[in-house]
Amino acid sequence: MSTDEILPEVFLTYYRRLYPFKSLFNWLNHSHQPSRLFTHREFAFTLPGDIYLRYHSFNDADDLKKEVCKLNPERFEIGPVYNAKPKDKKTMRKTALTPLQRELVFDIDMTDYDPVRLCCAKADICTRCWAFISAAVKVLHRALQEEFGFKHLMWVYSGRRGIHCWISDKDAMELTDGQRKAIVGFLTVIPGSAKGKISVRLGSRALPPSLQDALDTLKDRFMSLIINDQDLFIHKHAWESLLEHIPSSSASELRDIWSKDVAKDSADKWEDIRAQAIKSGKSGSQQRAAMQAAMEDIILQYTYPRLDAEVSKHRNHLLKAPFCIHPKTGRVCVPIDPETIDDFDPEKVPTVQQLLDELDSAASMGGEGEGGRAEHHSDWERTSLKPYVDMLDKFTTGLMNEVRREKRAADTTW
Amino acid sequence: MRALWLAFCDFTPFTRLIMERHRKPILDSTSHTSTVVEPHTAYPYRLNFYDKPPLYEVTLEEFETAALDRLRVLAEIESSAARNRTWEETKKVTETQCKKVLPLNSNTATSTDRHAERRRDHLGHFVLRLAFCRSEDLRRRFVKSETTLFRVRYDTDDTREKDAFLQSRAFNWTLVSAEEKEQYKRQLIAANQHSRDKVDERWLANEPFLKVRWTSVPDLVEKRRVFLKGGYAYVPSKERLSILLEEFQNNLAQALEMTSRSIPNLDEDSRLLPILNNLSHGFIAGVPSEWSGGSGEAAGDEIKADMIDSLAPAHFPLCMRIMHESLRKDRHIKHYGRLNYGVFLKVLGLSIEEALVFWRKSFSKFTDDEFTKRYKYNIRHSFGLEGKRQNYPAKSCQQLLTTDTPEYGCPYRHFSPENLQTALLSSYASQGLTVADLPEIMHHVKEQHYHVACTRVFEITHAKQGVQKGAGIGDGEHVTHPNEYAKRSMELSRPKTEESDKMAVD
Repeated sequence: MSTDEILPEVFLTYYRRLYPFKSLFNWLNHSHQPSRLFTHREFAFTLPGDIYLRYHSFNDADDLKKEVCKLNPERFEIGPVYNAKPKDKKTMRKTALTPLQRELVFDIDMTDYDPVRLCCAKADICTRCWAFISAAVKVLHRALQEEFGFKHLMWVYSGRRGIHCWISDKDAMELTDGQRKAIVGFLTVIPGSAKGKISVRLGSRALPPSLQDALDTLKDRFMSLIINDQDLFIHKHAWESLLEHIPSSSASELRDIWSKDVAKDSADKWEDIRAQAIKSGKSGSQQRAAMQAAMEDIILQYTYPRLDAEVSKHRNHLLKAPFCIHPKTGRVCVPIDPETIDDFDPEKVPTVQQLLDELDSAASMGGEGEGGRAEHHSDWERTSLKPYVDMLDKFTTGLMNEVRREKRAADTTW
Repeated sequence: MRALWLAFCDFTPFTRLIMERHRKPILDSTSHTSTVVEPHTAYPYRLNFYDKPPLYEVTLEEFETAALDRLRVLAEIESSAARNRTWEETKKVTETQCKKVLPLNSNTATSTDRHAERRRDHLGHFVLRLAFCRSEDLRRRFVKSETTLFRVRYDTDDTREKDAFLQSRAFNWTLVSAEEKEQYKRQLIAANQHSRDKVDERWLANEPFLKVRWTSVPDLVEKRRVFLKGGYAYVPSKERLSILLEEFQNNLAQALEMTSRSIPNLDEDSRLLPILNNLSHGFIAGVPSEWSGGSGEAAGDEIKADMIDSLAPAHFPLCMRIMHESLRKDRHIKHYGRLNYGVFLKVLGLSIEEALVFWRKSFSKFTDDEFTKRYKYNIRHSFGLEGKRQNYPAKSCQQLLTTDTPEYGCPYRHFSPENLQTALLSSYASQGLTVADLPEIMHHVKEQHYHVACTRVFEITHAKQGVQKGAGIGDGEHVTHPNEYAKRSMELSRPKTEESDKMAVD
């Protein structure tokens, strides 16, 4: 598949026969009966030739499917729930349409990791750099659950080089832009500029509790990923920027050692740092603590999640819907279970072409293809898309159960 | 006034019932100043969360002045933010301004009429809600400056009264138990290391902690300065101001939204809308100047017609300098230009006789006859010597900013950025303004803080007289009136250059 352009017919067949509109509807709507969560929700379409259509909204899943099949977009995006139907925007006063609710979303993009990976660059991704993403997911998933108390987090592969997170808890849906900005601030450690050095310490030396927990998760990953796998500090410019974190007297000693012995790999260098730390002072001394802090900072700097902050800050930011096709790779944006994310291989995600082939062979084998158009909405069950749709449905069931529980609890108070 | 109070409330039957009950005695009452509530119970504290609208009758004058005075304070707060003043500076400036126009004393002050002060504070706040609920931008700015005002007052409040106020109102917090503190000992100590106190186990034992939803303290969350667990933030009581401010801010923002939806109900009262419109201009254009010299009487010493050419480049604000230069260049200036510039000069100290000489000489392309016929009447009129004999006051910055004839208005607002920069350089380069100063000035202009831009120009061009950045035209105040600018500039130059000024005059 790879770089070939995907034909419009392929998109159309995918939307007609495979895209799980019903599951998408349930997930966005939090119940089976169409509510404002769906009917007042903005959808935006990207058509071939960079044509971008905003402020669409639909009554139910069938309505959405009809329009998607009619416009046949390269992808479509999901926006906030407004105080009115976005499609009525033109009939309203200019400022009358305001966003009320929206899943809390996060976006991690591999390009932000370019300074710390050697295996690929820009848009490319391989299983080796996927380890950065899975480390990020582990940290964020824990923080969002433990610290912020969110329960319904869905992680979705973006189709090429990143991952999205959608949080559907009622509390999360109702966050204001200011509160979203606060969460992003809490979860942002690496400063925006590529060269930025982190500064996370409170007061003189303390690490905030949230980062202490993150550090515990990241320690091992730093060793396996940065030191052993990427061997990042083999080049001079890389270990020079590493030394910026280390107190100057120790740093200059290390510089002397490393300049002389260029063959030292990252593992040797990390050992050298550790040796310097032990040499710097007795356990509990100022110097020892400073070295300890420096090593912790380094681990965070190289492995802590790098968020695309702008996506999360505003309710009215649009984000690509799950199960869309990435137009360059042809891969489907499938949900991912954060528990097994370490085993996830982006290369194994089904492509649209592969799914259509599966449909064809299923039809020729079972002869069910003659069943007529009425059957089409559940065709995904006969392809390798099934486990992913099941994952979304399972997620939605959990969400709906909670909504129902809350409704019942609210009823008894009367 | 009935419609006014309706605008503050949503229309659930319950609230309505309460309102009716409250309103009855007012409507039945014959006295105009009666209040439903007893003075002592109405405002037990200096701080106010403004949960309840003022359900009493007020006169139109009270309605307007209470709002105007509050607006002066808020405008000063806005300018402070625009100028990047530190919190301490902002606090000081705001306090000074409050003492002047909006005093609010604590319960220990026995000699003042505390009830009247607090009632005025209450009323002013609610009138401004009406004026500033109309657009997203106004709402945002109003919430921001009101929150700052609340913070200033909280900071300066008496500790015991503050505690009593906090007890009086249900905030959404619960006290963290000793067991829970013990459970999260390590995290609570680690999360509060930024504190100035020594944070250790003893500190933890003595410091009461409040548990709130994390959304109540987004500012602490954003900086990771609070321990979070399961969606709750554990806030040490010394940081409870964060909770208060967030709640104050959210309540006010919500109330403003609600008010904006009800404001169409106000249309029936034709007395209020003009006042409210005028007030909401205040944020764009600054507050109507209270500068005493602006009243129409000449302030300062008398000025002669032939002094103006030397005064203009040295002391006039940009608006008036542009007017002067275009008068010199074209030897004519249109009606509103004559009016605006004429009353400015009048208030500066130009007598009617000198004014006639000045305008006659300036309009040199006309014959005496033409001048007398076309212009003399107007000039005498502006001095209150013709027609309805009104002595017109000089135009304030607010009027110049919102004028219908922008060519004679405030150049900071009405000029294109390119033209403004050219004008600034050509007018003030000789007084020390350089290209390097332009980005800062243009930044204020872009943010629509026109009076801040003008004040900054004043500071730059008077640096030689020892005016420092942030000093404004004295005590950190901003330009709100062209005459104020000119008068202050002349005062500054007097002691040192008295001699040379006299020579120039001679």
